[in-house]
Amino acid sequence: MQSSSKKFSERFIEGLLLISSSITSLTVVLIVLFLFKEGLGLFSHSAIEEGNVIAVNKNNQVSVLSAEQLKDIFDQKIVNWKELGGSNDSIILFRLEDISNYYSDEQIGENFEHLPECISKLNDSISGIISFFPDKYWTTGFKGKKIEFNKITIKEVFAGKEWFPTAHPAAQLGIAPLLLGTLWVSLGAILLALPLGLASAVYLSEIANKKVRSILKPLIELLAGIPSVVYGFFGLVVIVPLIQQLFNLPVGETGLAGSIILGIMALPTIITISEDAMNTTPRAMKEASLALGASKWQTIYKIVIPYSISGITAAAILGIGRAIGETMAVLMVTGNAAIIPHSLLEPVRTIPATIAAELGEAPAGGLHYKALFALGCILFVITLIINLIVEFISSRKKYQNS
Amino acid sequence: MKTKSVFLAAILLISQFAKAQKLKGSDTVLPLAQKEAEVYMKTNKAAKLTVIGGGSGVGLAALIDGTTDIAMSSRKMKMSEKIKLSDAGKATKETTIAFDALAIIVHPSNKVNQLTREQLEGIFTGKIKNWKDVGGDDLSIVVYSRESSSGTYEFFKEHVLNNKNYASSVLSMPATGSIVQSISQTKGAIGYIGYAYVEKEVKALKVSFNKGKTFIAPSMTTAKDKSYPIIRPLYYYYLTSSERNVKPFVDFCLSAEGQGVVEKVGYIPLTK
Repeated sequence: MQSSSKKFSERFIEGLLLISSSITSLTVVLIVLFLFKEGLGLFSHSAIEEGNVIAVNKNNQVSVLSAEQLKDIFDQKIVNWKELGGSNDSIILFRLEDISNYYSDEQIGENFEHLPECISKLNDSISGIISFFPDKYWTTGFKGKKIEFNKITIKEVFAGKEWFPTAHPAAQLGIAPLLLGTLWVSLGAILLALPLGLASAVYLSEIANKKVRSILKPLIELLAGIPSVVYGFFGLVVIVPLIQQLFNLPVGETGLAGSIILGIMALPTIITISEDAMNTTPRAMKEASLALGASKWQTIYKIVIPYSISGITAAAILGIGRAIGETMAVLMVTGNAAIIPHSLLEPVRTIPATIAAELGEAPAGGLHYKALFALGCILFVITLIINLIVEFISSRKKYQNS
Repeated sequence: MKTKSVFLAAILLISQFAKAQKLKGSDTVLPLAQKEAEVYMKTNKAAKLTVIGGGSGVGLAALIDGTTDIAMSSRKMKMSEKIKLSDAGKATKETTIAFDALAIIVHPSNKVNQLTREQLEGIFTGKIKNWKDVGGDDLSIVVYSRESSSGTYEFFKEHVLNNKNYASSVLSMPATGSIVQSISQTKGAIGYIGYAYVEKEVKALKVSFNKGKTFIAPSMTTAKDKSYPIIRPLYYYYLTSSERNVKPFVDFCLSAEGQGVVEKVGYIPLTK
């Protein structure tokens, strides 16, 4: 009786464990599916805002425009149709909001019933017009020509140099500056954090005596517990002005400031993991090295580091992972200008910072929203690759040991 | 007997529920509406108001969907939103509850004291890159702006930049506080913030919207008499069908007490 009840409780616990682990895995899979479903939806949109048309006068020779040209037209950087291969005629912009400049409220009608007619008339009478309005006013018999736009392509997104997701009427969704910004900042962070982290790990595991170690280690681990917004604030008030003075720059919010903050944030990961790896060096190997007459330093760099190299690599990669995904601290110190960075001394905008800053106001299901999800997918793929590399390296270590 | 009391309780619950009003929308209006609601609920114990931010667009969309009673907005309703409303067969009322002035700020050591709208447009769209082009030292201009999700960003773009897009080299900051912090420590910096946030670490510029004829400094007086040009009204929008419900609170905001709250929060009260 007793044994059967024990069996039952054991099975119950087993079942519980199974359920919780499958719920966890299912959640992860669902999140990833959702992320990619929303993100890939981007490529079924065209750059022009959903449900709108761009129309020109029917005699206009221009019939195809790129999203970039459209933006330049509405920014008044292109002011003549001649520049786009049309006739010599200056461009006149028309947005729905401008209708009151041409027609009175009575002419439009109380319930906007004459609005399509008014837009049609405007398109017919002004030869240089380019108008932007909802497609339900594109009625049959509209006197004008519709400009066609292609769907957003992968090339446009990855090679595009401008990120203006809220630009009207055509959003610019080039992620090159964001991707490069993220990679620059993370690379800088790891270049700063790796030597420092390794040196600390060597000191802690091989040189420091027990007492020093028992004080230093909790302190370093405490670094991981500081909220990232505190790091960000520290960076904005202390590091940013310091960089500005040191390099005599016009502006202190740079990729370097982000790298320094992220480097500090990645330190606990790097130190803890590589120190653990160094501690696994068999005592016999170290003693054998010392017995052969090697000095302590020779033992460290000939025995300890080579033995734990895969652990150290894993530490570095996990540190990069932390740096790539960090949001708040970076948002506060890098300046967030979406320009392609040429050095670490320029402002950069990273992918996580972009998502955090913009998702709040992006209308759900719209183009901007999907573009941000696509950014999330890219970030996910980057971290996935990093994790796969870690997995590969640690499996290689097991092979070596056996 | 029992069913009767349950029924009564249900009615009570429903009537309680009907009194709870929701305000949703602009984050600029949010602190003001919160304070107004707080003061209002102190005197009207029965009233229940919930104030939620999210942005002007979010608030107006919620009004169209019928999930909020009042939409707070830092901009006028757009043509597209008006059309959506008329499609849904709804009519709205607009009430201006206060004004907000935007100040153009620079580092205190900057020699430039005034700029025209055209110069501002040049600076923020990236055509003017050095302070010497607008009468200052030979120093490159560092432009700070709010994030594109902010209503202030949109207002500035429409009102000052003539609907042109910002230059891509503009640094965007997540909050007004970080703009002030950055400008106070960057010599060539320029940016815009709500008048209520101007501190002595930064210098507010005089601006001219009539091609340099008159330059006006931002202050409570120039904002009140509307001579300062970068000023925007803050609105409440509500459906005419629910006017009876929301009117007491809106009237309170327009009353002398309500306008006193406006000034305390740092916005510009309506002038009578």
